[in-house]
Amino acid sequence: MSYITGVGLTSYGKHEGSSSLDLMSKAAAQAIDDAGLTRSEIDGLLCGYNTVAPHIMLATVFAEHFGIRPSYAHAVQVGGATGLAMTMLAHHLVDAGVARHVLVVSGENRLTGQSRDASIQALAQVGHPDYEVSLGPTIPAYYGLVASRYMHEYGVTQEDLAEFAVLMRAHACTHPGAQFHEPITVADVMASKPVAMPLKLLDCCPVSDGGAAFIISPEPTGTAGIRVRGCAQAHTHQHVTAAPRLSELGAEISITKAKTASGLAISDVRYAAVYDSFTITLAMLLEDLGLAKRGEAAARVRSGYFSRDGEVPLNTHGGLLSYGHCGVGGAMAHLVETHLQMTGRAGNRQVRDASIALLHGDGGVLSSHVSMFLERVR
Amino acid sequence: MSEKLADWTKGAEAIIYQHCADCGARQYFRRSFCAACGAPEPETKRANGEGTVYATSLVCRAATPETKAHVPYNILLVDTSEGFRMMAHGENDLAIGDKVFARYKKFAGRLVPYFEKAR
Repeated sequence: MSYITGVGLTSYGKHEGSSSLDLMSKAAAQAIDDAGLTRSEIDGLLCGYNTVAPHIMLATVFAEHFGIRPSYAHAVQVGGATGLAMTMLAHHLVDAGVARHVLVVSGENRLTGQSRDASIQALAQVGHPDYEVSLGPTIPAYYGLVASRYMHEYGVTQEDLAEFAVLMRAHACTHPGAQFHEPITVADVMASKPVAMPLKLLDCCPVSDGGAAFIISPEPTGTAGIRVRGCAQAHTHQHVTAAPRLSELGAEISITKAKTASGLAISDVRYAAVYDSFTITLAMLLEDLGLAKRGEAAARVRSGYFSRDGEVPLNTHGGLLSYGHCGVGGAMAHLVETHLQMTGRAGNRQVRDASIALLHGDGGVLSSHVSMFLERVR
Repeated sequence: MSEKLADWTKGAEAIIYQHCADCGARQYFRRSFCAACGAPEPETKRANGEGTVYATSLVCRAATPETKAHVPYNILLVDTSEGFRMMAHGENDLAIGDKVFARYKKFAGRLVPYFEKAR
């Protein structure tokens, strides 16, 4: 049994002058405080990889900087799925008694610490060095390829994809920490600069500075009890060239295993936090997870199903698309927001009922997947 | 026998794949074994350059000075007639399902496969 006992999150966007360690420290201190713990009680540490300041021992670099001496510590790298993969590992570590309070933390000054070109170039390296990278693709191009095929097979349009950008922006407008606060329309998305067709600028998440952290413990440390009910992973490929057909992607495998692990069904889900690096990512994952039928996720966005007051509110902080994306911390913000919703602390964004939440992370080009159900037990 | 054939990644105008005599699998990323069954030394073969477009993405925003000079360029996934999938460049107006054949072009100082519509 494990519980998410504390969360911490910085605003995303520009943090001029802050290093990755600064952003990690800020989020970590918040999370420890939120759990009502002291830093000396943290005996496990997992941190996400870093592209701005890579290090072969990032977790111990952070432990020394932050001033803790954990009995278990290392970094983890699963691309965009890293945050949930660390949470899953922390859950098992706590469950096995290896550590009592595991700090999961990540943060990068990806926006101000390096040029946008450097970010795009670093990320393109998820491609195959000989057979893909030499062709000059970018991460948007890898997802653009998947998008073109998905649209072809399921009749999804560019206007459909734009709906997800509009929804994430509407949600970000209600969160003071989000990178973007100007509302956008489907027409704005359609008119935005082409990046890697069919994806345009507003179909893509931004590059951000920011940090996020949470604490996983064997029992609640305060009044609320947010339990990890069940989780699972799936890894089908690394490179998009080697990806299986659309109907055999990892999200469907990991959600099936997570449903078994938790004893829950999609119909039990009251709140959803789903990886949204691009509009196509969100559209596909919602349909792979069963939160919408094939080709129908955009229609559900239009009908308000995923809005704050809808049946299954989705990424109410604005997601990667509009809260921002600072690397591993990017998707960790989804879990922080889920925790705030589940504990009734989301303020003007609070949804009616977030008693059972589904979180899903994706790394690479739909390569690595983690599905996780959280449940409020008190 | 694993014959040493050079392909476009080594600057030669050729697309090479491997065929496993044990299980029949075909693979594009070169290895010393079959990734499907583990058998050693899959046979190296030269593809005939024919295929069908599986997916396309026209890149309009590149990240390096060398590639920026080429925008827009069309990145493709092509299902070859031999049964493996590969990434390549191609004509900007290609659509999914188009029958294509491989030519070669210089891109950012390297030789890359460039698919054109079969006529």
